[in-house]
Formats: sequence, C-alpha cells, structure tokens
Amino acid sequence: MTDDKDVLRDVWFGRIPTCFTLYQDELTEREAEPYYLLLPRVSYLTLVTDKVRKHFQKVMRTEDISEIWFEFEGIPLKWHYPIGLLFDLHASNTSLPWSITVHFKNFPVKDLLHCQSKDVIEAHFMSSVKEADALKHKSQVINEMQKKDHKQLWMGLQNDKFDQFWAINRKLMEFPTEDGGFRYIPFRIYQQATSERPFIQKLFRPVAIDGKPHTLGDLMKDVCPGAAPAEGEEKKYQVMIHGIEPMFETPVQWLSEHLSYPDNFLHISIIPQPSD
Amino acid sequence: MEDGNEKQVLSPINEGGEGNTPLHAETQSAPAISLTAEETAAGETRRKIDVLLKAVGDTPIMKTKKWTIERTRTVQGLMDFIKKYLKLDFAEQLFIYVNQSFAPSPDQEVGTLYECFGSDGKLVLHYCKSQAWG
Repeated sequence: MTDDKDVLRDVWFGRIPTCFTLYQDELTEREAEPYYLLLPRVSYLTLVTDKVRKHFQKVMRTEDISEIWFEFEGIPLKWHYPIGLLFDLHASNTSLPWSITVHFKNFPVKDLLHCQSKDVIEAHFMSSVKEADALKHKSQVINEMQKKDHKQLWMGLQNDKFDQFWAINRKLMEFPTEDGGFRYIPFRIYQQATSERPFIQKLFRPVAIDGKPHTLGDLMKDVCPGAAPAEGEEKKYQVMIHGIEPMFETPVQWLSEHLSYPDNFLHISIIPQPSD
Repeated sequence: MEDGNEKQVLSPINEGGEGNTPLHAETQSAPAISLTAEETAAGETRRKIDVLLKAVGDTPIMKTKKWTIERTRTVQGLMDFIKKYLKLDFAEQLFIYVNQSFAPSPDQEVGTLYECFGSDGKLVLHYCKSQAWG
C-alpha cells in the first residue's frame, strides 16, 4: 500500500513540458530558436524562467527589451498564479508541449502584476501562506514560526527542495485531532473565461455539523453548484486539481493536506468537458 | 485602472457628520449611504460592503475611515483610491493588510476578503506606506 505521503512528492515533482517561442513582432538580430523547459507545476512562471529570458535576450538588442511576460493563445499568463493552475485552467485539453509565447514589449498592465524581482514573488507567496493559515489556524501556526522558518519555506520552493520545504510546511498542515480538520479550508475556484470574478473563495469547514467530513462534492454543491452534473445528466465540466479530477467523494480536508499548492491553497479549476 | 470611478463605488458612511465631506464635487449628487443595523444583517447579498481603513505608522490618516465599497472592487482599485484621497504620489508604494498579517494580492476583490475575513459586518483593512507586516 502506498503511503499518502507519497502524494506530496508526486504533487511537488509534477512537471509540464513547455515550449517557449518569442512573439513574432519582437525585434531580433538573429533568429530566435524556441526554448524547451520542464516547468514545475507548484512554482511560478517568473521564478523558473531565467534561462528562457536569457535565451531570447541573447538575440535581442538591449533597447528592445523591457519587462518579460508570457502568453498562451492570446491569454496573458498571471505569474502570481501557480504554473499548474495556469496550465489546468487554460491548456489542460491541448496537446503537449505547452506552447507559451514570450513577450518583451507592451506589458499588459490591466491583466498582469509587475514582477521586477524575485522579492515580489516571495512577498506574494508568503502573503498567500499567511492568508491560508489565517483560515486554517487563525494565523496561530504561522505566527509561532520564526523568520527563518518562513525563509525556509520560500527557499524550499525557490530551489525545488522538497524536504526543506516540507520540514516546515508539515506544521501548517497540523490540526487538533478532536476538530477533525482545519478551521476553514483555504481554497480558490477558478473558471475559464469568466471576467466577473478572478476566483471564488469562501469560508468552508472541513467537517459538517453532524460530524461527517465534507467532500469535494459538498464543496462544489455549496460554492459552485453549476459545476456538478445533475442526476442523469451528462458531465459538462471537469473539476481539476494538479491535472487530475479527484473523485467528488474525496474529503476536502484530505485534499487540503495533500493537494494544496505550496502557498497552502487548493487551487481548483473548473473547465468545460472536452467534447471528443 | 478605472480612473475616476471612485465617485460611484466608494462612498463615505454617514456617521455624525464625520463622513460628510464629499470626495469630489460629483459625490454630492450620489448621497452617502447610511447603514442601519437591519440593513447590515441582510449583508450577505448586498452589492456593497463596509470597510474600515486604518493607517499604520507614520502613514497619514484618512479623515473618513468608514466606506462602503463595491464587492467587485479590487485591492488595487482601493489602493489607487487611498493614494488619491491622501494626495500621495501615484508612484509611491502603498501596502494594504488584512488581519494585520497578510497583504492580499492587488487583483483580489474586496468582497472575497470581506466574506472570509470580515467581522461585525465590516472589513478592517490597515494601510501603510512601508511594509508593516511580514
């Protein structure tokens, strides 16, 4: 029997084969060859693409280069969303490698946050971890940690060190046995092409009043009722985390402990069921 | 962002005259919404939420602290509004904190923050010109 802990490793080491191509209108001195990379699902685009940036800058003149940004099929990719979420949400039913277009001009300020340095990513990441712990433990666990523990979480993610990260992160996954779970589950639900809200986030307890664990199906019914197929109806949507569709019977507490991203949120994508 | 939209979406809460200062001349035509306890009780479905803005450190305080804000307004939109209100340079940094602990990302909606971190019918946010927490 496999240990549930193996799931953490599988999630951490999830990779997406990606082909980066320079946008056709960018000015180059020589031809820009595409660049291939295995992207870690749990990381952030601007954290793992130094090599991509350098590769394309080699064939460009300095004056033609400003802040780098990425696009997939016309959609600017938000660097502050984890890579796995971006892929699930925008590209999960397209063919691999994931084809990302690289831009150095016309930064879409309306759609993307600026990311001038790694410090910006670190600040965003730590804020998300803190927000998640506010939901899980009223911030108690994160506040009891020392500054060096916070740093270790970040360095673990930045350097792709599973053990370094989880040595600290496991504390954020603890809860009093008598409670049966966290206070609230930190989750965000994203939908394709809905412009009205970036994501849905609500208070949702892992355990029902009658003591039964809440499941992914319960969460969907409560937060996003349209996503679950009605009885006898064909499935219209895929509810996806880390590229898989967990069964609706899965307890959300288990999902939160095992399928959360390093920022401690469950990032759930709801995408139309492919028709083929 | 949607420059100049503040007048429709942000209005001071009328409380004992403190919030009567109009934001712009235009706000006079859109009277400030005064909330009673009953109205707040039906809060879940209201289009707007109440926000209390508190300054940290040497950041200037706002004369009006309580505002009603559209749920769909983003943290960035709120930052822009505060900067404008305090007549800060647009390029200056401004940090907004929830629970005096984390800085929500600029594209988050205040309605979501209210639902998850609001208490007593309002969302308390701290703002600061330098990084205050974390």
